[in-house]
Amino acid sequence: MKSRKMAFENLAEKLAQTFKRLRGKGKLSEKDVDEALREVRLSLLEADVNFKVVKEFVAAVKERCLDSEVLESLTPAQQVIKIVNQELISLLGGKARPLDLSGNPPVVIALFGLQGSGKTTAAGKLALHLKKNGRKVLCVSCDVYRPAAQKQLELIAERAQVGFFTMDPNTPPEVIAKKGVEKAISAAQDVVIVDTAGRMQVDADMMEEARRIKEAIDPRESILVADAMTGQEACKVALAFDEVVGITGIILTKVDSDARGGAALSIAKVTGKPIKFVSTGEKLEDFQVFHPDRMASRILGMGDVLTLIEKAEAAFDQKKAAEMEKKLRRKEFTLEDFLDQMKEVKKMGSFGDLLRMIPGFGRAHVDVDIDPKEWVKIEAIINSMTPLERRKPEIIDGSRKRRIARGSGTQVQDINRLLKQFFQARKMLFQMSSPEKTGRFRLT
Amino acid sequence: MSFFRKFTEGLAKTSKNLRDKIQEIFRPGAVTEEFLEDLEAILLQADVGVRATQEICESLRLESKKRAIRSEDELYEILTAKVKEIFDAIYQPLKVSEVNPTVYILVGVNGSGKTTTIAKIAKLWIDQGKKVIVAAADTFRAAAEDQLAIWAERVGAEIVSHQHGADPGAVAFDAARAALARKADLLLVDTAGRLHTKKNLMEELKKIVRVVAREIPGAPHEVLLVIDGTTGQNGLSQARVFAESVDVTGICLTKLDGSSKGGIALAIAKELRIPVKFVGMGEGVDDLKVFDPEAFARGLFSKGS
Repeated sequence: MKSRKMAFENLAEKLAQTFKRLRGKGKLSEKDVDEALREVRLSLLEADVNFKVVKEFVAAVKERCLDSEVLESLTPAQQVIKIVNQELISLLGGKARPLDLSGNPPVVIALFGLQGSGKTTAAGKLALHLKKNGRKVLCVSCDVYRPAAQKQLELIAERAQVGFFTMDPNTPPEVIAKKGVEKAISAAQDVVIVDTAGRMQVDADMMEEARRIKEAIDPRESILVADAMTGQEACKVALAFDEVVGITGIILTKVDSDARGGAALSIAKVTGKPIKFVSTGEKLEDFQVFHPDRMASRILGMGDVLTLIEKAEAAFDQKKAAEMEKKLRRKEFTLEDFLDQMKEVKKMGSFGDLLRMIPGFGRAHVDVDIDPKEWVKIEAIINSMTPLERRKPEIIDGSRKRRIARGSGTQVQDINRLLKQFFQARKMLFQMSSPEKTGRFRLT
Repeated sequence: MSFFRKFTEGLAKTSKNLRDKIQEIFRPGAVTEEFLEDLEAILLQADVGVRATQEICESLRLESKKRAIRSEDELYEILTAKVKEIFDAIYQPLKVSEVNPTVYILVGVNGSGKTTTIAKIAKLWIDQGKKVIVAAADTFRAAAEDQLAIWAERVGAEIVSHQHGADPGAVAFDAARAALARKADLLLVDTAGRLHTKKNLMEELKKIVRVVAREIPGAPHEVLLVIDGTTGQNGLSQARVFAESVDVTGICLTKLDGSSKGGIALAIAKELRIPVKFVGMGEGVDDLKVFDPEAFARGLFSKGS
């Protein structure tokens, strides 16, 4: 497989290099800071942050760099990263912002956005999220244009086990929206989520229709649904929607792609509105509250360690995890542990997804995802080993492999593949857990 | 390297730099730093990306050293020609099989516009009196089959579909058989949107292609990657991974009726040498155009909006 290393993959490393080069000259000058900020600029552009936003952002960072102790610092790269990171987080809204669900029910939430940004799926995910928080939710589809869009939301609502409402596609969307809210009132629902058709921000008629929908239902939250893979146009799109419907927040979708997601920053900057949720996968459950600090790290190409930790914590048994950590420190990791870990990982979703959140793995496509069918095989193979083989897989030679293959109804190649995966995983785990290795991402 | 050689080489370099600088200053050309800055802004804002932008600016700088370019208009002519050249170098006409059916498989990330594009391509063929079958191999997304069925009815294509959640490979298999049996001219296979980061889903896609290839010799004649025209630098990653998995033969650039210019297609052409075959210009069923590199280039450099 070809290397996917991008020119500006890791800003932290780049900055460290730049400053290393400059270090020889003693005290840093404004010009040196400019050179470092050039890397910041390129990195942000590579991450799809809007050109103009980058300009303003870099100017603001520069001012802070010159004001602060960066010039004097022994670790200027770290200082710059710190400032860039802080500025990014503050632009992204500082902290996670919840939905405004105050006031008399039903609270009306309307979703707007471009075609294909993921509104309908987001409607279902948001509905499930709110339902899990004990709210009664009604989903309303006003998308009378895209073939089968109404049916799509109906099926998704069914899956999320929430209510659904729509009308004949010949009905004006604002009428459907209005009736939907009335239905929510009569059915004593807490929240009504109104899904609208995808529309281009340059389509005057469709934008006018969005305004009518908004006026008909007066939503507490008007959410812009935006694709994390969007490029430079994100600003124009967000501004246009904000102008017409007055957006109150953003849902960022397809965050499970390997996009750095600079669009998030562009949108937040030009609208001044908070990103509230991120959509992170194919399943309805793959929907999380947005954390600015995590997105900042991602835009900077520094991985998403916090989400990783949280996701792992949610799924792992705490006691087991503590045991595991001790074992790893002692550099012990057996096939039995592997089996245990695989079980835990299965609870969390794909192993590859998890690894991608780790710095340095950020954009790598790690070859460790396991097909559910493979899974059965792996279990059979490990169960066909002797306890000693499980603890010391190094001793598994050709004749042992043949025996295990017979016992588990597999081929020797399967055993080889499993062992390879195991050794790979073990190596990675030891690296992640050994204290001296964490310095890999330390700067300068 | 000896000190002496180093010294002379260094000297040569300096004098060359100096010569270039002087030429730059005294040449009454149009390639000024201001112009290059403007150009960089235009290209970056069109999603062409940092690397491709830098390369284009650099090649223009070199060009300006070879000959005097006196006006900005002339510069844009040169730039347009350069962009056209990039696409012309990798041009491949849309493949049409001599033996029926021709098979196109459409792939892409979620929400890029695959199903709508299928309908538009079907319409192009049907307007020429051809018989088209569409395969609803997106069995994952809720109501995807219904969406394709409605489109098929609108444009007059036949459809092969299974139950929701069925094996997409099986749909492809049945569709291939049906296309042969019913003597269709064109089989269009719609696939579920999938992020290129999902390895299992990419495997599933490979299987669909394999099934089609086994049933119809020479198929698929095109594997078209549908990319949303508003996509940023991630488009490169999409193209790279899809191409590695299923040998993408061309790109359909959609949603260019907005304000975006789809500059990522240029980055993809430059770096991965995958040509653009179609552009989608709107929601109407006739809004699909065969890609025209020159029009694309002019759009790219237009300063509008």
